[in-house]
Amino acid sequence: MRFLLAAALFATPAMATDYIVVQSTTSTANSGLYDAILPEYAKTSDTQVRVVAVGTGQALRNARNCDGDVLLVHAKAAEQAFVSEGYGVARHDLMYNDFVLVGPAEDPADTQGLGIHDALAAIAAVRAPFVSRGDDSGTHKKERALWADTDTDPTDDSGRWYRETGSGMGATLNIATGMGAYTLTDRATWIAFANKGDTRILSEGDEALFNQYGIILVNPAKCPSVKADTAQDFIDWMLSPTGQSAIAAHTRDGEQLFFPNAE
Amino acid sequence: MLRLVQNTPPPVALRLDDVGLCRGGRMVLDGLSLDVPAQGITAIMGPNGAGKSLSLRIMAGLIAPEAGTCTHDLSGKQDIALVFQKPVLLRRTVRANLAHALAIYGVPRAKRKARIADLLDFGRLGAIADSPARALSGGEQQRVAMVRALAAKPKLLLLDEPTASLDPQATDAIETLIRDTAAAGAAIVLVTHDRGQATRLADHIRFMHRGQLVEAAPAAQFMLAQKSPEAQAYLSGHLLL
Amino acid sequence: MQGFGDAFAAAFALIVGFDADLVEIVALSLRVTLSAVFIACLIGFPLGAALAVGRFPLRGMLTILVNALMGLPPVVVGLGVYLMLSRAGPLGVLNLLYTPTAMIIAQAILVTPIVAALTRQIVADLDTEYHETLRSMGAGRGARMATLLWDGRFALMTAALAGLGRALAEVGAVMIVGGNIDHVTRVMTTAIALETSKGELATALGLGIVLMVLSIALNALLMGAKATSERMAHA
Repeated sequence: MRFLLAAALFATPAMATDYIVVQSTTSTANSGLYDAILPEYAKTSDTQVRVVAVGTGQALRNARNCDGDVLLVHAKAAEQAFVSEGYGVARHDLMYNDFVLVGPAEDPADTQGLGIHDALAAIAAVRAPFVSRGDDSGTHKKERALWADTDTDPTDDSGRWYRETGSGMGATLNIATGMGAYTLTDRATWIAFANKGDTRILSEGDEALFNQYGIILVNPAKCPSVKADTAQDFIDWMLSPTGQSAIAAHTRDGEQLFFPNAE
Repeated sequence: MLRLVQNTPPPVALRLDDVGLCRGGRMVLDGLSLDVPAQGITAIMGPNGAGKSLSLRIMAGLIAPEAGTCTHDLSGKQDIALVFQKPVLLRRTVRANLAHALAIYGVPRAKRKARIADLLDFGRLGAIADSPARALSGGEQQRVAMVRALAAKPKLLLLDEPTASLDPQATDAIETLIRDTAAAGAAIVLVTHDRGQATRLADHIRFMHRGQLVEAAPAAQFMLAQKSPEAQAYLSGHLLL
Repeated sequence: MQGFGDAFAAAFALIVGFDADLVEIVALSLRVTLSAVFIACLIGFPLGAALAVGRFPLRGMLTILVNALMGLPPVVVGLGVYLMLSRAGPLGVLNLLYTPTAMIIAQAILVTPIVAALTRQIVADLDTEYHETLRSMGAGRGARMATLLWDGRFALMTAALAGLGRALAEVGAVMIVGGNIDHVTRVMTTAIALETSKGELATALGLGIVLMVLSIALNALLMGAKATSERMAHA
């Protein structure tokens, strides 16, 4: 018994000699993007890419603590602040998709086909249940920005028809499905999400729902631990035609999830 | 000649002098003065509640007296060993129990094996040496406890009613062990209720009542005629109230 | 809605298929948890024994603290360890964040109070039986602690099992300090959390069933070993 325990304690699994840590938003990880593209990257590099998937807000904080080499998130304003404060070397547009408003099939607020602002106003008008991430993630930031363009401040009704889950996209979608509520989600997570139940896309296509993903090298001047060369190599590959077409090739149920738009 | 012998005080192993101890608001030992001769077996007799077991614990150093003194010139902590009425053996084999005791007594590892063999032999425990101690009968457990106490090579062995709950065969085995130990030169204090056991084993009697010494005498003399009315009443089978 | 039938089918497929990823995740779970419990026992047994028989200042306070820490939320432990091991933290240079070692540290911190508190109770109970005997033998405090720990070894296994249960079940601490990195720090519970967030409820529940089977097997194994050795020692 003791031997077994000691063996368990001291045995270390074979690890790649070189690796980088990517602080990533959950939507990319949950929709299987990394599972699809990292094997492609492995063909050109020995570097192991370790993805820590958390909300954009937490990913930014972790990166500020130097706990990552690359940041891949979707909150452009926050990303630009990250770079201008010196934590990131440079921000590159990587790819985009869009947000969609999903909700129960019976659609009590009649949002079907409305523009996103009108749809949100309709929800607020009938006080239909709406679940918000409430976790300072990229999606949450976008949702608050959309509400700000309406006449309603839903946080006044937080705990009533407006429910802040403080959880990831998946957990929030599970709650929306469970209670027949509306919520805002990125399309990739939605397509890949398996527990849709009676929840449907109700509002989409509005320009305001554009969802841009950026990729940033954490600044080695701030964080000496950053493996700048290998991390930059990964970023260069993601932005290269090879990487971009690998992103474009990732589909779920025949639908493309992310649209590369590196310059 | 006879007179001369009587006037020379016999050597004393341990002496309690005016010892007092309070338990639950009651003086359970109240000016107890008692000496333990350095030779032979001393039986402490007396009714329940007389303070016999507590005085034994004071002798063993487990309890400090609140008044009076306990004096002896047995300097080493292992010179006095105590065996309880209900032995507490470790959850290990007999052999491991003895090994544990020897380790605590500071016997070097290299010497323990031989000492264990001697002790098993002395206690006639060879056949059960590798049995789990807790699975043994009460008599066997008490023999192991005796032998474990002897592992320290004590100069004074204190026994607190060691045969109180044992059948005659087991009692006989323990008494044989007590005699053998006394023959080997250790002074022994035996707390007992059993008049027959005192008659069989004791060289000296100390009779206690209500936390005090009532009578001290050579055993043969005490068994024939008690000087104190308390001892007389007790030995005649009366309840001492 | 995906039901229990799908979950059992998923669990069955996972086990029968002997999925390579699943094997890796199970192996890492076992490695992290067993290591953490092993370390927790190394610290918790002597600490508990010291709290039971030791006489030192603040012993009462420390006992209350250890008992209170049994209810420590895993997320709090995870955050604390994250702040220590983060590059920006005092131990950042060790480069341990997002490694199995970090997960072992977090779980060991989580489990040690449980092992210590239960050990304190077990040793204290045994001490009431052994106290006079050991003192009459002149055993010092160290020897008494060692004796009580060894003679309480079967009961202490229950303490270790309680710790094992806690470590095997928790997700909050390993998620934060491990990062749930595929092939590096993904264990049973973080995999379950991930599958849940993907909406793959049947797979998540299936993994949960595998975890339960694993836990039952581990407990049965250890309890069996305990019963056998206990019978042999007649303790």
